[in-house]
Amino acid sequence: MSPDLALLTIFVLSIFVGIEVISKVSSMLHTPLMSGANAIHGIVLVGAISVTGTANGFAVVLGVIAIVMSSINLVGGFVVTDRMLEMFGGRKPARKSDQGGDA
Amino acid sequence: MSTGAQLVNLVAGVCFILALKGLSSPKTARRGNLVGAAGAALAIIVVFSAGADFQRVPLIVVALLVGSIIGWIAARRVQMTQMPQLVALFNGVGGGAAALIAVIEFTSAGATESTVAVVATVLTVLIGCVSFTGSIVTFLKLQELMTTAPVVLPAGRFITSAVAAGSVASAVVLIGSPSTIMLAILCLFSLTLGVLFVLPVGGADVPIVISLLNAFTGLSVAASGYVLENVLLIIAGTLVGASGTLLTQMMAEAMGRPITNTLFGAFKASTATAAGSGEERPYRSSSAQDVAIMLGYAQKVIIVPGYGLAVAQAQNTIRELVDLLTERGIEVEYAIHPVAGRMPGHMNVLLAEANVPYEQLKEMDEVNPEFATTDVALVVGANDVVNPAARDDKTAPIYGMPILDVDQARQVVFLKRSMRPGFAGIENDLLFQPQTSLLFGDAKDSLTKVVAALKGL
Repeated sequence: MSPDLALLTIFVLSIFVGIEVISKVSSMLHTPLMSGANAIHGIVLVGAISVTGTANGFAVVLGVIAIVMSSINLVGGFVVTDRMLEMFGGRKPARKSDQGGDA
Repeated sequence: MSTGAQLVNLVAGVCFILALKGLSSPKTARRGNLVGAAGAALAIIVVFSAGADFQRVPLIVVALLVGSIIGWIAARRVQMTQMPQLVALFNGVGGGAAALIAVIEFTSAGATESTVAVVATVLTVLIGCVSFTGSIVTFLKLQELMTTAPVVLPAGRFITSAVAAGSVASAVVLIGSPSTIMLAILCLFSLTLGVLFVLPVGGADVPIVISLLNAFTGLSVAASGYVLENVLLIIAGTLVGASGTLLTQMMAEAMGRPITNTLFGAFKASTATAAGSGEERPYRSSSAQDVAIMLGYAQKVIIVPGYGLAVAQAQNTIRELVDLLTERGIEVEYAIHPVAGRMPGHMNVLLAEANVPYEQLKEMDEVNPEFATTDVALVVGANDVVNPAARDDKTAPIYGMPILDVDQARQVVFLKRSMRPGFAGIENDLLFQPQTSLLFGDAKDSLTKVVAALKGL
């Protein structure tokens, strides 16, 4: 299989996986899911790092901007999603076991 | 790329799938998100081992740290009410980064690129730029730094079509004969297209646009994966692109309108909105004492929280009120519209922050039949999601959006700041109905007064 075709195969299969994994999500979780998916595409940071590592001249400047932008996306995305999910998950067990630890 | 690095990328790809899978259920969501973050961390460590020609490690690490710290601080500091803007902003910078990567790779490889790589570059730049400026405009609208009403330029449709055509034409030329100048023209066209694409979208539909732009950035990242021949970027980008598209569709369904209507509706219905908003009509305003009596002697109360509740930071006060009413033996529930707040599911996040147990939160389909047997429906800072025009008035811009049938309750109390219409800019007829009372003021102040009056009953 040619490399281009292999990449295309991965692309097509990923579409189906992407649709399959979220096909039954309740509207309650739409916000965290959107923000979580948003964090995942922040992995473009990997691409930003690799092009900057081999670039020259003005391209380096662009590369540095791309790294800053994509790391904001990646880190911020995961952190903010975690903050939201903390509020969803942390409460119910505490109430059940009647500890009431969280304010 | 070494075999080891490729295997790590495979692991990271699997982590992302598990993350999305986990995020679709409240029990596994947080763990899923952490798995995704771990996968991302692995992939980043590995990229530094890329090979001997890899330079400028210190510079890259500094840039990485700067971005991470900005992202971290923004994510920790943001108020839950401002979540949609932040997601839009994060999404925009992601799309912009993908576009930049494709530009850098194109300028360093130049005309030696294969056709497949050029096509991928064109797609990355086009979609990435649209997502970048589109997200920025979305951010400005949500932050209310610009008007939230649809902005329709004279001949807007023509201009947008022309710019879209310009983008496609420059893309085609670029694929035929790659040149840096043509790439710059493509960038300009697609950056403009992003702005024009979001401008006509009305306030209430902005959440759907965030989700759509999120899917766009995903696709742009996937295309950049082709440019760099990086499997992980293809997997991650495509996952987000596909799931984001589905999520967008699900949200549009929750709002009861096809996605094309959301995006292009403003071009048609731009004038219908303003009609009838000028005239003065009588309404009944009441005091906190009246509201307390109404609530205190009811048998069943349904609370309809909206974005205004969250802005006033009144989540805890409303919980106090609900506790008081429950002590008096009154049946109390919260009715949550799927798009209450400023993005789908936003209200659930906001109430979760105030420790409201999510068993008390009733979704729209579940709660709607109950309004007919409800004594008082207390609407706090919500407007568009209870506007009967969405159900009855075919000319209303929000017509077709499923609403909470608050108008069927025996009495309706609105806590509002003023008679100003909601985020969608549409007047609510329910405010002028005989069963409706209005309590004006900041939601938190009003609720505090009602709570105090209720204690004195």
